[in-house]
Amino acid sequence: MATQDLSAAEAAGLPARRLEAQSRRYGEKAIKAFLAACAVLSVITTTAILFSLLTPSIGFFQEVPLTEFFGSTQWFPSQAFFGVLPLVVGTLNVVLWSMVFAIPIGLGAAIYLSEYAPRRVRKVIKPVLEVLAGIPTVAIGFFGFYFLVPLLRDIWPGDFLGGPPGAYMAGAAALCVGLMIVPIISSISEDAMSSVPGGLREGAYALGASKMRVALRVVFPAALSGIVASIVLGISRAIGETMIVLMVAGNLANISLNPVEIVQAMTAYIGITATGDIATGTVEYDTIFAVGVLLFTMTLVMNLISIRFVRKFREVYE
Amino acid sequence: MSGESGPVSRRVKFAADGARSATLAALDRQPGGHVLRNRLFLGLLVIAVGIALVGLAAILIDAVAKGQGRLGFDLLTKSTSANAERAGFREAIVGTAFLMGLVILMAVPIGVSAAVYLEEFGSRERWWNRLIELNIQNLAAVPAVIYGILGLAFIARGPIGIGQVLFTGALTLTLLVLPTVIIASREAIRAVPPSIREGSLALGATQWQTIWRQVLPAAMPGILTGVILAVSRALGEAAPLLLLGAFTFVTFLPNVFEGGFTALPVLIYNYARRAQEGMPEVAAAGIIIMLAVLLLMNSFAIWLRNRFEQKW
Repeated sequence: MATQDLSAAEAAGLPARRLEAQSRRYGEKAIKAFLAACAVLSVITTTAILFSLLTPSIGFFQEVPLTEFFGSTQWFPSQAFFGVLPLVVGTLNVVLWSMVFAIPIGLGAAIYLSEYAPRRVRKVIKPVLEVLAGIPTVAIGFFGFYFLVPLLRDIWPGDFLGGPPGAYMAGAAALCVGLMIVPIISSISEDAMSSVPGGLREGAYALGASKMRVALRVVFPAALSGIVASIVLGISRAIGETMIVLMVAGNLANISLNPVEIVQAMTAYIGITATGDIATGTVEYDTIFAVGVLLFTMTLVMNLISIRFVRKFREVYE
Repeated sequence: MSGESGPVSRRVKFAADGARSATLAALDRQPGGHVLRNRLFLGLLVIAVGIALVGLAAILIDAVAKGQGRLGFDLLTKSTSANAERAGFREAIVGTAFLMGLVILMAVPIGVSAAVYLEEFGSRERWWNRLIELNIQNLAAVPAVIYGILGLAFIARGPIGIGQVLFTGALTLTLLVLPTVIIASREAIRAVPPSIREGSLALGATQWQTIWRQVLPAAMPGILTGVILAVSRALGEAAPLLLLGAFTFVTFLPNVFEGGFTALPVLIYNYARRAQEGMPEVAAAGIIIMLAVLLLMNSFAIWLRNRFEQKW
């Protein structure tokens, strides 16, 4: 249209004229530029994170070859053993057991809230779960160390899994992390399940399906991408959780997936080293950044997967 | 199914129930096992919800049980100390108050501006806007301890290099909560119907006048709720501050730009790690204080949401 008008005007030998405000409104443009700058700050943040992680890490990897970092199984930075595997396994130990706890509980809560709960019950339980999500992890870590571990030690059945736990225990940390993850899994999954159109449920009911069948065979698969997203995000949070693993799982590098044992997770290592008295600028101190790069990469992959799955269910039903 | 099924879906449900009983009668099959299995399933779901609620209750009750004997106004006036009798949270509470004030001052204008840009100006057709969006979604899930590394290597040292002072902590926490503030503000802005904007524009208002006088006021309750929830997250965050020197004992009130600082969650962790008799109780009392402040903030957020929520 505009090009036609333009060519018509040009054909008549008149200067081209477009509909535009008289004032160019520089003020509006300045405001827009300011707003855009605020949005771009997020990109700068990411860049700054990468800068902070990579600059010291490059120095670290000049001293410690990548093959030793990823290949060796000993992690004693004070004695120049830099094999990161024990820390990765320590993180995996906590993440694995926390998911064993949080996935059934979180999904059970989501199915209950989305398919079964009367509206009044849901109105109470949803905010309460939100409160659980908002409890500082220091408080959960305190609970884990001073309540859960002693309790588990008291009720431990003999030498099950290799005896009663000591003062620190990966499994107790996993339970605490799981408790923190449950609201994340349940709220995103419930979102996905509630956005499954009612017609799908009604079709199944019309064919004679029971409520459980509808929940498990219709709603669950239809909401699967949202459910996967919630679980992946939960894993990402569990990998990155610091205070709980620092306080409950212990600080001893140990290659074990046994929940009874003491382990050191990557985040716990970063936390304990930063609060210790290792001189800055040494190779030992730079381990913080090398472990940080690995931690950032692991959570980044998880986050991108989760974002992708969330988009998928949003696209299908919204 | 959800309670808000309309008359049509209710009719379908009746039809479905009828068809099912008719089928079962025709096949002469007892629905007993069916019913039992359904009950069992519902039982498991309720147990799942119950475990989550019991866990939450246990955390709260345990903190209150351990800390109530030590709770008192003297905790607010007593200084940081390695002696359980004399230990209090004065410097930590003042530090946290300063941190929260600065975080609100920085995160709210920046976060809301970014949200306005992304919702009102940034077209999703452009790749850079999509990149910013993806980037914010990822930043929202970056571990807190990584923000601590950012604060340590970029703000305390490195390019900005202002040292391990309270302002470093505030900047780090601001960057940490910004994605949450942006995402919540965007949702609030998106909930304002386009007709409000169109009406304003049709009356001759410029785009910015429309945003400033129509969209933002209408979105304000939602934005405030999101901001309060984000700030309450920053209040309980200890991990990034551990890397910024907040772990050392500080017995003087903090200055924003010089000297050491500490914060409530960090000092709680510090006290909790000390094995001396009476220390865990002091830590538990600190947790009660922290949870009370958080509960107050969250209740205020919920009240705001209910009081000012608009149905368009």
